[in-house]
Amino acid sequence: MYVAVKGGERAIENAHRLLAHERRGDRDVPEVSLAQISGQLSLGVDRVMTEGSLYDRELAALAIKQARGDMIEAIFLLRAFRATLPRFGASEPVDTSRMQVRRRISSTFKDMPGGQILGSTFDYTHRLLDPVLAGESMPEAPALAEAQPLAMPRVTDILGRDGLIESSPAEDADQPVGDLTRDALSFPADRDLRLQNLARADEGFLLSLGYSSQRGYGRNHPFAGEIRLGEVEVEFMAEDVGFAVPLGAITLTECQMVNQFKGTDTEAPCFTRGYGLAFGQSERKAMSMALVDRALRARELGEDVQAPAQDEEFVMSHSDNVQATGFVEHLKLPHYVDFQSELGLLRKLRKEFHEAMETPSEMQEAAE
Amino acid sequence: MNAPTYNFAYLDEQTKRMIRRAILKAIAIPGYQVPFASREMPMPYGWGTGGVQVTAAILGTNDVLKVIDQGSDDTTNAISIRKFFEKTAGVVTTTSTADATVIQTRHRIPEAPLHAQQVLVYQVPIPEPLRYLEPRETETRRMHALGEYGLMHVKLYEDIARFGHIATAYAYPVKVNARYVMDPSPTPKFDNPKMDNCPALQLFGAGREKRIYAIPPYTSVVSLDFEDHPFTRYKHDACCALCDSGDSYLDEIVTDNKGSRMFVCSDTDYCETRQSQGHRGSENAAPYAESKHA
Ligand SMILES: [Zn+2]
Repeated sequence: MYVAVKGGERAIENAHRLLAHERRGDRDVPEVSLAQISGQLSLGVDRVMTEGSLYDRELAALAIKQARGDMIEAIFLLRAFRATLPRFGASEPVDTSRMQVRRRISSTFKDMPGGQILGSTFDYTHRLLDPVLAGESMPEAPALAEAQPLAMPRVTDILGRDGLIESSPAEDADQPVGDLTRDALSFPADRDLRLQNLARADEGFLLSLGYSSQRGYGRNHPFAGEIRLGEVEVEFMAEDVGFAVPLGAITLTECQMVNQFKGTDTEAPCFTRGYGLAFGQSERKAMSMALVDRALRARELGEDVQAPAQDEEFVMSHSDNVQATGFVEHLKLPHYVDFQSELGLLRKLRKEFHEAMETPSEMQEAAE
Repeated sequence: MNAPTYNFAYLDEQTKRMIRRAILKAIAIPGYQVPFASREMPMPYGWGTGGVQVTAAILGTNDVLKVIDQGSDDTTNAISIRKFFEKTAGVVTTTSTADATVIQTRHRIPEAPLHAQQVLVYQVPIPEPLRYLEPRETETRRMHALGEYGLMHVKLYEDIARFGHIATAYAYPVKVNARYVMDPSPTPKFDNPKMDNCPALQLFGAGREKRIYAIPPYTSVVSLDFEDHPFTRYKHDACCALCDSGDSYLDEIVTDNKGSRMFVCSDTDYCETRQSQGHRGSENAAPYAESKHA
């Protein structure tokens, strides 16, 4: 008697139990703590917060632990939690020119007010596996210097004084900002929604798209005008007290790409901007985002839309790794009803094919 | 740490109202895909998040819920979704098609006729019937607006020219209320006739693609075809090996390494109901040959 489809409930329970067991790993080895993940795998935590759209180091660390280090699974956990949170309102726009900068580099000027600050980076390390880290290590304390005065103008603002670069859209606190997690998205989408989509987008997907634009698929001649990392204050306008109250500081990476623009009949040639912003230290993400943001402005700037990176429907519909992984992995779900239909159809088509082969003249007639 | 607390049927009331507005619009324009602000659910996209959101938005405390996948209540994802609502809504669940007030389904329509007190909620992966003919949403929305379905008819015609018949076995497109061409979700075309003039309300939720659409009760649903090549329902060459049904949709089960196979009903409730009424198939011979249906 056929019983294969029975017992699913028991199988699920056992699968969850086995998962918990394997997550724990060797029980003779101490369990990893959230503080260790947050403090020592901090760039992973930054990525999960960025693509999870939720700034909470502790929950992101928990998600990484629960997901056994699977970053997309961790992002998914954080997103699902975020979806249930009540919305109080939107913060005031954060002012990155008032960032307490820990790292700031420009590839366009050798020096500028505030200077170049290398900060912590893998950039000039030699990628040699370090056996010292295999054991317990106690690195030297970092070298210290006086903190810079708070205001540090952005490189793009310096260019903007001469009109060499398009101006940033003016800040308008009354202009509602779209939220694609709360409203249905339709195309064409404005830049606020595009940037939100890119901020949540899979780092690898944006990296490849940005890279493709550098290799000629929608080339836009980028320069890394400035990348800065540091802390900014988040303020919330409290209507009952009548002024903005500080909620705390968050760490951000901002990238301003400076790109060529040839001008049109009515507009002089000038530099244009691509913008990237991410939680924590996420330079690869912020840079890729800026490249793709600029590529997606093709329509607005009157450029031909030919390459994948310039195609807003293509980019925005496929950038979200939580959506993508769900749909790719749903192929694991049973499809045997549809497969049975296909099987029936295929058998019929093959039968007809072979019958036609046996009587070639009829096949010829059928084709006419 | 921020400990989560959840509302009845998981979604907050504001979100439910937003989804209900989309559902009402969908009912008012049968077959039209209404965009909605799909939420991130605690199960993956592609695993029924659209259906789950629709069910969560319409579920009341007195509802009786049935969840099926591939026609069966005991497939793992159906169990997982049923448990989700048992946990978050505390509603009564059932495997009986007749007893359910809300039935969430993936890939099948129950064999037993539905009645006017029921809602059938479909999980939909790709709501756009024109998607594989035209990948751009901006284009397909325009085609729907203009009722411009030539592309679909050309596709079906090409099938006929090549194979002598329409070679679409599931997700077979339909026209709803003589206006919108609609994807019935990946149900086998065997199930298409059940959608037509159905007394139950049929709701379709696509979470990842953020669309809801509907077929109100007693609405005409016509499978696309040509006068000289009318739609035909898929017919199995076998009867159910368990309940002997000759007109239900059958799963093919491979029973040994030599490739022997048997066919059983995909709708497990239908099959079990028939067996309890005494119907016996070849693999399930009654202990006494003179059983009821003899
Ligand atoms: Zn049966």
